[in-house]
Amino acid sequence: MSIGTARPRIEGTAKVTGAARYAADNYPDDMLFATTVGASVAHGRVAAIDLAAAMNAPGVVRVLTAGDMPALGKIAPPAAVLELPMQGDRIEWEGQPVALVLAETIEAAEEGASLVRVSIETRPAMVPGKGRLETPPDHFAKARETKGDVETGFHEADFSITNCYFQPSRHHNPMETSATVASWQGDHLTLWNAAQANLNAPVVLAAAFGIPKENIRSISPHTGGGFGCKGFVWPHELLAAAAAKIMNRPVRLQLTRAQQYSQVGHQPECRQTMTLGAKADGTLTAIRHEAINTTSASGLHFEAPGMASRGYYACENIEIEHQVEHIHTTQPTPMRAPVEGPGSWALESAMDEMAIALGIDPLDFRLKNYAETEPVDGKPWSSKKLREAYIEAAGVYGWRTRAERPRQDGVYAIGHGMGTAGMFCARFPGAARVRIQRDGGVIIEASANDIGTGNQTVYTLVAADTLGISPDRIGVRWGDTRYVATGPVYGSSHTMGTGSAVRVAVQEARRKLQLYGAKADGPLDLAELMRRANVEEIVGDGAWAMPDGAPASMNGNGTPYAMQTFGVTMVEIGVDRDLGVIRLRRAVARYSAGRIINPLTARSQMIGGIIWEWGKATMEASPIEPGHGRFLAKNLSNVAVPVNADIPSAIDVGFVDEFDEHASPIGARGIGELGSTGVAAAIANAVYDAVGIRVREVPILPAHIIDGLG
Amino acid sequence: MRNFTYAAATGIEDAFAADGADIMLIAGGTELLNWFRLGIASPGHAIDIGRLEGLNGIALHGDRLSIGALATLNEIGEHPLVKDRASALGEACLKAASAQIRNRATIGGNVLQKTRCAYFRSEAPLPWGCNKRVPGSGCAARDGLNERHAIFGWADSCVAVHPSDPLVALTALDAEVEIAGKNGRRVVPVTSFHLTQEEAATGVENPAETMLPETRLEPGEIILGYHLQVVPGQRSAYVKVRERASYEYALVSAAVSVTLEDGRIVRARVALGSVAQKPWRLSAVEARLVGVVPERDIVLPILREAMIEARPLRHNGYKITMAAGAAARAIVNAAMGDVA
Repeated sequence: MSIGTARPRIEGTAKVTGAARYAADNYPDDMLFATTVGASVAHGRVAAIDLAAAMNAPGVVRVLTAGDMPALGKIAPPAAVLELPMQGDRIEWEGQPVALVLAETIEAAEEGASLVRVSIETRPAMVPGKGRLETPPDHFAKARETKGDVETGFHEADFSITNCYFQPSRHHNPMETSATVASWQGDHLTLWNAAQANLNAPVVLAAAFGIPKENIRSISPHTGGGFGCKGFVWPHELLAAAAAKIMNRPVRLQLTRAQQYSQVGHQPECRQTMTLGAKADGTLTAIRHEAINTTSASGLHFEAPGMASRGYYACENIEIEHQVEHIHTTQPTPMRAPVEGPGSWALESAMDEMAIALGIDPLDFRLKNYAETEPVDGKPWSSKKLREAYIEAAGVYGWRTRAERPRQDGVYAIGHGMGTAGMFCARFPGAARVRIQRDGGVIIEASANDIGTGNQTVYTLVAADTLGISPDRIGVRWGDTRYVATGPVYGSSHTMGTGSAVRVAVQEARRKLQLYGAKADGPLDLAELMRRANVEEIVGDGAWAMPDGAPASMNGNGTPYAMQTFGVTMVEIGVDRDLGVIRLRRAVARYSAGRIINPLTARSQMIGGIIWEWGKATMEASPIEPGHGRFLAKNLSNVAVPVNADIPSAIDVGFVDEFDEHASPIGARGIGELGSTGVAAAIANAVYDAVGIRVREVPILPAHIIDGLG
Repeated sequence: MRNFTYAAATGIEDAFAADGADIMLIAGGTELLNWFRLGIASPGHAIDIGRLEGLNGIALHGDRLSIGALATLNEIGEHPLVKDRASALGEACLKAASAQIRNRATIGGNVLQKTRCAYFRSEAPLPWGCNKRVPGSGCAARDGLNERHAIFGWADSCVAVHPSDPLVALTALDAEVEIAGKNGRRVVPVTSFHLTQEEAATGVENPAETMLPETRLEPGEIILGYHLQVVPGQRSAYVKVRERASYEYALVSAAVSVTLEDGRIVRARVALGSVAQKPWRLSAVEARLVGVVPERDIVLPILREAMIEARPLRHNGYKITMAAGAAARAIVNAAMGDVA
């Protein structure tokens, strides 16, 4: 059984030796370097652009502005921004591209960009708190949702609490900034593109340039992290292709770190109001979850934090209301973890506050309201072993005996906190091809990118498992739209989708091998079987479809089951009362996420998710400067994310043994973003436990502690 | 980024050509290249002094500890003489930046780094006012997001703080800066080497429209090194407060040196970092600490009282309490530490 055995990622050596080539590492012959000139204000109109100085800069070949752009066709999702770039004079966010400098070197392009003089008629910008509110159209989440009657629920409650929880806008900050290298051959386009979904750019660019999407080849095996910001298709991808077409030369456009802050998405600011009602015995009688997230002036990004209140706890009366606030900013986009990421920050903080108000242990309060079925629809879960996760985590952590531990260690006051984790279950169709070679070797092909999560190794383990052979005999070709088209690497979906397709493809190949004596089950001697078959290769194609051929199935839509992932995180933190400093001491997390294919990379992802949330909880923010409507800092010098010194070795993560036959043929659900839910609240709850200060705003900074203690 | 020429200095005299504008000095290069990238500076020429011989020594001459300007932060932080005689400086060096940067960054350049104010550190063209970038353009931080800014010595024209860690320790250790230029050598106490915005504006006719100096270093001058008087019985410590455990600038820091007799303080030096454009010595407190037992509950009220002179901005009032806490912690740590 290869599934469930820890295996190092197959591309690891290429990455650590530098052999792995990322999008911007490709330099086709005769290529031009491009860089954008961004609008310096958040709202206004381009009055004039003076290119004279830029054109005189050595090495600059051309500077494109709106007037130079070809007319492009209408684009739709998966385009992130539906307005085409550089097609008019309207400015709706700071950093919006208004010119594109093309030069023989990147240095010349950047020098040229600094010499472009843009005159802008500035208009007042909408900033957070002063924008335009709107109720968004439903997506997989509904803007408003009601179960029962919350007023009745509050009336029945012995205790009610209402509080507001804030989280700032934040950026994904992958190591590799977004990049596109575009090269036309007639009406065929080749892209080397930093992406999480190889298939998305061809769809959008085909619409923009009026060519069949089959004419576009996207190559990007390695993507240097995405976390959501490389999921949809952003303006720079269109600009690179447009410039390459205009210049009839390949064009490379890689965003600088600063450009990355304003030319691709971010997680929006979320302001949430939680109202909980509960009986004295701990029974939740009502949950009201109101959430507002910021979005761009003319785009819609609906974060849907209230989905947490839909799925986490049993409650007769639930009311969810979402709004978006339009401001002049870049279009937000999903970021690890969207939806329940912000939602769990509010809900799990409120649950802790209610547990304390009731005098019930926070774990018991959650167990008391354990959702045996989906809370709103009442559908049975495809599989849910959260209770086992709670019990195991509590045992490993010593949750029940925490009161017996010292409350102080040197200068640090010790606090314990917990938060339930839970994440939507996005399932996308998958496809894969397996080629069994004459020598018995096996090759798997799928178009998907690798963003660092190790999907190729997952394919390998699934194939080895299905054939009963050593994973060492399996190679993978990936990251190129020439291979069979499969689903994205976002939404914690890929292992389920493409992993299942690999299973189906290999099963088909195995059936073909039965002609030559292959057993239906158990280990195969592929070399012997192929000798008998005496063909170059045997190919198996596999696809895994959603009910009714849907392009996606969210939370089990179209099935009799509700699907989600679950878990719990418990943290011990130290708070230095005199300095306000908060430090993570240890964390224990257990998850119910279906079968785990590769425990090694799964564990890495969950630890990474906890670290990611430590950043959200204690240091990370990309605030919009209120007077200028732009991100205050567009570099990592003034936007802190955790470093190794922040992370104790005592992070213990694990998975409950589980096989979810309804979610996918390989028994898996998703894990990628689950580790980044519930953790920020657990940390806030631990801060309260340590020093008695309830902070309802992340990041929880030393200033909050200092000011709170007075 | 503008092209520039590069030349390696062959002697100290070569460095005197640097005017700080079109000709700039480069040593470790960890800060200057950031300036180039962001458009904070765009010189035509860089003179590399990083390879000059004899400027990176760390040595004891009698009761004076001398540290050459080209000593790296890691060399200083790991040096036995520094650990023994000036532990606050060693701690401050090792709490600065990251290990990789500390291997490159020199103590001469470190004290000449510029503020980390996010408004100042924005990429060109600057979208907002910053008098340090464009004199006369204003200070967006004055009424903006100023959580990390000054509570002492600021002016309406600029509210930035100096980010150096070692500089705070050098200030608490009464170090002197040795400077060389065309007109010879001179020595300046480190306490008067940097200027607050208030000090820099003094006597300037139109300070809001002028690029004000941040130090007393003249164009064409370079720092040769630092000299510290090692006081017998002195113990010192450095406390750095930051939300991230490493590789982050201080929200507030404190360097302290104390001498004890019979468990009581007989001499104290207290300097705060990241509260002003220069390390802020609490001179009045230093006198009040004499005779005091160096325990948290005793020194903290004294330090908190001393902070009454602070002038917080809209978002950084927390620094007052935090700075007192950091200084108290540094006193306690120093008192528990080894004697120089």
